[in-house]
Amino acid sequence: MFGNMFSARAWELVWSFRGTFLLGFWHTLLTSILAIAMSLALGLIFGLMSSGTKTSLKAVARVYVEFIQNTPLLLQICFLYYALSFSGHGIGILASGIISIGLYHGAYMSEVFRAGIQSIPKGQFESAEAQGFGYVGMMRYIILPQTVKVVLPPMTNQIVNLIKNTSVLYIIGGTDLISNTYSFVTGVNTGGAYGPAYLVCGALFFVMCYPLSRAATIWETSLKKRDQMSAAKE
Amino acid sequence: MKTMIKLSHIHKVFGDLHVLKDVNLEVGEGEKLVIIGPSGSGKSTTVRCMNFLEVPTSGKVFINGTEVTPKNRLKVIRENTSMVFQSFNLYPHLDVMHNLTLAPVKIHHKSEAEARELARHYLQVVGLENKANAYPAALSGGQQQRIAIARALCQQSKIMLFDEPTSALDPETIQEVLDVMVKLAEESNITMVVVTHEMGFARKVADRVVFMEDGRIIEEGTPDELFDHPKSERVKQFLGKILNH
Repeated sequence: MFGNMFSARAWELVWSFRGTFLLGFWHTLLTSILAIAMSLALGLIFGLMSSGTKTSLKAVARVYVEFIQNTPLLLQICFLYYALSFSGHGIGILASGIISIGLYHGAYMSEVFRAGIQSIPKGQFESAEAQGFGYVGMMRYIILPQTVKVVLPPMTNQIVNLIKNTSVLYIIGGTDLISNTYSFVTGVNTGGAYGPAYLVCGALFFVMCYPLSRAATIWETSLKKRDQMSAAKE
Repeated sequence: MKTMIKLSHIHKVFGDLHVLKDVNLEVGEGEKLVIIGPSGSGKSTTVRCMNFLEVPTSGKVFINGTEVTPKNRLKVIRENTSMVFQSFNLYPHLDVMHNLTLAPVKIHHKSEAEARELARHYLQVVGLENKANAYPAALSGGQQQRIAIARALCQQSKIMLFDEPTSALDPETIQEVLDVMVKLAEESNITMVVVTHEMGFARKVADRVVFMEDGRIIEEGTPDELFDHPKSERVKQFLGKILNH
């Protein structure tokens, strides 16, 4: 039923256009890395704001999170890209992608950090305060290190989702992995090689995401093991 | 005697609850003050007002002559007070050594080596020098609390506040913590304020005992006065219940 979908010719076609795939891979990787950095920074800042005691900061964080989470990423990226372009302040496809994806996942990261911070017992905050730690020192040395274990799994999920979400670049004419794959299979000379093209595209995504998930799992396991070992050492 | 802690007309209100009602108290330098009373009487809140873990709704707190305000709170705490909690509150992600050296290094700007020296010394004081590399989860409750005391000692503060330090412990481990506290009380010139239900400890080390109920100080005096010749009926009744069970 696949007919010649996976024919040798189709594979050869993909191979001869390997540059297209590698370029897509590179753009997706670059967008991902920068957007991850942005989402982590935003997530940390807004997570701290929403887990703190200042009502005004909490409100600002709430508005950001709710606004971003309740509108589609596609709309956000279109708005950013086209609104800026038509007003003559275009920042380019890649930058639009990085910023909108970073903003979008920053809102989710913020909730991940908030939940992590709120999972730490009140006594830890009091202990830090009673030792004379100010807010920054308390967070840096006492609270945030304890949240790693809690935050790691949902954070990894967000990162993997972010990488996959780089596909929204397609709507603004990006040259990311998904967009390039799609252009390839619909191109006049390259059509028909769907099977191998999508397989290769999937494999390339897998190569980016899987090591991340694995590394996170290994880190998490080692943290758990340390806890068990310390509990058993008595 | 120099006054180290002074509470002046302290009120504390949580929502509808009026927890402290005009509490006035002075603690002298080196004095060992024990606060007793039924639960819900405001003992813990009183001691937590001393380092501003609770900010009084009204009234003034003076520590070592300085009026504590939300602004200078951290500075006053850093220079004067440390605290031991009911639930130990050791930092679970750090081993014992780092629990002890964190504040000395980050807050008091001691070198790593100095802080370790200090930590080893106080681990010896609490008798746990062999636990320097253990994580808190590996220690019994009594051991954790002794480490918490060592951690507070590493701050080298003039005032130590104890908020029911033995209430969360197994009966068998209470004594090892009390022993450390007795030793501290007898051998150091640290000003100690201890909220506790351990009447034996109070009798043994307290210079003065304060009885609180319903957010007020009902009676205060030396252990002899308060335990053997209480003036108020309420204190008699409370001691009767506690000592005869």
